[in-house]
Amino acid sequence: MERKIDIVIIGGGPAGLAAALSARERAPEASVLILERDRALGGILQQCIHNGFGLHYFGEELTGPEYVDRFIRRLEGKNIEVWLDTMVLEIGEGRRVVCVSAERGLVALNAGAVVLAMGCRERPRGALIPGTRPAGVYTAGTAQRLNNIDGYLPGKRIVILGSGDIGLIMARRMTWEGAKVELVAEIMPYSSGLKRNIVQCLEDNDIPLLFNHTVTRVHGRERVEGVTVSEVDPATRLPIRGTARFVPCDTLLLSVGLIPENELSRGAGVEIDAVTGGAVVDERRQTSVGGIFACGNVLHVHDLVDNVSVEAAIAGQAAAEYALAGEKTAPQRAVQAGRGVRYVVPQRIRAGASGNLDLYFRVDNVYRGATLEVLCGEDVILRRKRPIVTPGEMEKIAIDLAAVTADVTVRLAADA
Amino acid sequence: MENRELTCIVCPMGCRVTVELDGGEMRFSGNQCKRGEAYCRQEVSCPMRTVTSLVAVEGAEHPLCPVKTAAPVPREKIPEVLAKLRCARVHAPIAIGDVLVRDIAGTGVDLVATDARPLRAET
Amino acid sequence: MRNYDVAIIGAGVTGCAVARHLSRYRLKIVLIDAAEDVAMGASRANSAIVHAGYDCPADTLMAKMNVRGNALYERWCAELDVPFERVGSLVAAFNPDEKLELRWLYERGLQNGVPDMEMLTGDQARALEPMLSNRAIAALHAKTAGITCPYEMTIACAENAVENGVELLLGRPVKWIVSEPNSMVVRCGNECISAKRIVNAAGIHADDVARMIGDDSFDIRPRKGEYMLFDRTERRPNKVIFHTPTKLGKGVLVAPTVDGNVFAGPTAVNVNDKEDTSVDANLSEVLATLALEATPTLNLRNTIRAFAGLRAQPSSGDFIITSSEKDARMIHAAGICSPGLTSAPAIAEQVEEELRITGLTMSEKALFNPYRKHIPVFRTMTETQRQRAIAENPLYGRVICRCENVTEAEIVEAVRRGARTVDGVKRRTRAGMGRCQGGFCTPRVMEIIAREAAIPEEKITKSGGDSYMVAGKTRGEV
Repeated sequence: MERKIDIVIIGGGPAGLAAALSARERAPEASVLILERDRALGGILQQCIHNGFGLHYFGEELTGPEYVDRFIRRLEGKNIEVWLDTMVLEIGEGRRVVCVSAERGLVALNAGAVVLAMGCRERPRGALIPGTRPAGVYTAGTAQRLNNIDGYLPGKRIVILGSGDIGLIMARRMTWEGAKVELVAEIMPYSSGLKRNIVQCLEDNDIPLLFNHTVTRVHGRERVEGVTVSEVDPATRLPIRGTARFVPCDTLLLSVGLIPENELSRGAGVEIDAVTGGAVVDERRQTSVGGIFACGNVLHVHDLVDNVSVEAAIAGQAAAEYALAGEKTAPQRAVQAGRGVRYVVPQRIRAGASGNLDLYFRVDNVYRGATLEVLCGEDVILRRKRPIVTPGEMEKIAIDLAAVTADVTVRLAADA
Repeated sequence: MENRELTCIVCPMGCRVTVELDGGEMRFSGNQCKRGEAYCRQEVSCPMRTVTSLVAVEGAEHPLCPVKTAAPVPREKIPEVLAKLRCARVHAPIAIGDVLVRDIAGTGVDLVATDARPLRAET
Repeated sequence: MRNYDVAIIGAGVTGCAVARHLSRYRLKIVLIDAAEDVAMGASRANSAIVHAGYDCPADTLMAKMNVRGNALYERWCAELDVPFERVGSLVAAFNPDEKLELRWLYERGLQNGVPDMEMLTGDQARALEPMLSNRAIAALHAKTAGITCPYEMTIACAENAVENGVELLLGRPVKWIVSEPNSMVVRCGNECISAKRIVNAAGIHADDVARMIGDDSFDIRPRKGEYMLFDRTERRPNKVIFHTPTKLGKGVLVAPTVDGNVFAGPTAVNVNDKEDTSVDANLSEVLATLALEATPTLNLRNTIRAFAGLRAQPSSGDFIITSSEKDARMIHAAGICSPGLTSAPAIAEQVEEELRITGLTMSEKALFNPYRKHIPVFRTMTETQRQRAIAENPLYGRVICRCENVTEAEIVEAVRRGARTVDGVKRRTRAGMGRCQGGFCTPRVMEIIAREAAIPEEKITKSGGDSYMVAGKTRGEV
């Protein structure tokens, strides 16, 4: 089966939902279709039953399902088509989106514009940790799904590697479900998780957080029987001899990083940023392939869903404009990460763009009393003070696009 | 006199705040703003937390329905709240915001559904 | 007590190949394993290479089995629908000593009857294999070497054997064997069976099984081999690339897999524990160094998995395929280290020969079916094939494993064919073998196994025994 659709949105999580709504708003007559591989909309937020979402976007504190529900309600009456349980297999030449479902079979969609909103996946154990390969080693998100959606306790005595927010949230969840969380080991000297989660998930439950520590071996033949935890040298991050200790447990949860899921994007020829793992985009979130836009965690990993919703609205609107009017090519300025900055999104700005633009970026370390600088060519066009910047919290700085006459750099001032 | 050490969570600074308790008096040091003081005052006198969890649901596609306390409850009441909701059993259909347990564990706060659980489609 | 003509102990590639081969005869056969699935020992973690046969010492059973097995592979894989590619192998020499060693290998290959070998200069070798290091000065090219999938071969043999009447008893460790005048009684799990003949294909535990009838003529020592598997985005070599061999094994290789990945390994370390398949941090480094020497462009950051297998190293140094001295009714197929995967079809023929010598009569079945089909793989289908598959079975339209595009139909079929564990589904369908390593699909796979096999989800294991996936339900039964 072949069909023509003006705007195809791949992924029905928070990014896809916000993109669909803004595309509809911009192009009231266009056909908009959301393709979602799961059996329900909402993406990973369905299993994020804790609160803390929406403070910026809605001005109130919501749980994951509640945040998603706000958007799902907005879909009503908007004539936005949703195909659930549908997997996109490829994005071919000319934005031919091939998807498959048990209900509709194999369908090829000829899309006027495509919004990539597939989200990210967790970094698995891979070849990271030596030892045996028993049952009971899970990524934190898999454990969260087993517990919060399926109703199964992943284990009873738990060690968590990585202090990202999902790891911290799962420490509290597992404790509240009656499991014993022995410790959280963090290889870095700081946590990429929110302070609030460290206090309310770990300190409230007397769970030790060990910085500069990692899991160096998994033990157990059938089910995990314990792990070796070692201190690492902060400079090399290699285990320090003589610091290894055995911690009995039946479960190891991994919260060691998120990776944007860009297999479809790569297949479509989209240029990928080596640092973010997501597409290289311009200020409208258009990728290097005309008519393909990206937003949310597939573009770069966010810590607040509120920012995802804002970003997705930009992409959705731009996709609608592309579907309506096609592309007018314009030269592009590069946006670069300078001193102390790991990456900036968007990575490009079209010449002649106007209005205000928020640049999103992450720093490479914890800096107190930092000054952020935005340069246009050699000139500093903006300076902002921040009491603290950390790699775990995405930073945002607004620039006036009219002032962009050369390549842009975001960096920390030398005195940081 | 008693000293308490707290991490302020109001902003990413994460100030280590020392609270000196002197009878009914509290003195704060280490915090860099007024908001931090207010947070610590509450945290020392009666820390409050919103509890989010799951209750068993009958008649829906999913075995569980996510829930939260409609308002923060005293932290010390959390074990009781958890014990109560673990025994709770509710029936589909459930709409988001439905009160599933009134005044849970004597906190004066209701336990509400944070997601919908429609009736399972008969097959 | 059930009576059989032949009881095969061990459902690895050797035991399963023997079972499949013997299933063409009018024999009552049982295939027994301690594990809850087939291919749970060395057959699930090895180099997946069908060796040419130049490196086995001349005049050994190993050499004979290797060369014969290699010749049989095409037919076995065609009948059993197992992937097999005769890609050829290169043994690379990086210095004059190693170059001399290559000459020895070549000569030995000729002695062993290996066809289609040639000596190449470094440049000639690089013309065939651009990934080969510039530092390689010479290479031995063996055109008959190939790649396959070891657990797939094992599963296929077992399925075909069962199709032809072999009974499969899994999860039944053999505890003792008694030689009675007219049969041998085997205690496996909680039951006893009797058999006229026993084939000892117990891999790493073959010496333990031999000792059950008082035969201590050999020992099996576990030799650990560690491997690294790379993501499919990593460039795949054309050929199997070996280092020049050492005393401990055929040397580290970098090879393509039949599933489109790249693969490096193995190390070779003698260990004491027959269950120790742990991966050591230092060994991985050794492996990485050697792999990079042969193929410097390999990006180690693309490793998606490290794992280890134990080869069953016989004290005699050669395969042991013979009647036991203690009771001729037990035929050993023991000490099947490398090249055991290659040799499996030949070992099956050899075991038949040994059984005949003991006086077991065999006559061909009229209705032997040599064919078995793999579960149709959605990932490799064309659009038209996919449409047809979904029209026949809508579950082909539901993708469960997003990295490998494995559909619900394939998982349901794997369960129907006997998979009861998460790893069992993985080996039969590749669900969970991709870059996310099962992060997303594991709960869905558990759900499907539970539904199809009518097992409560909390009883599902990763790979049998006590390898439970979860600790229980969080809320009481509803």
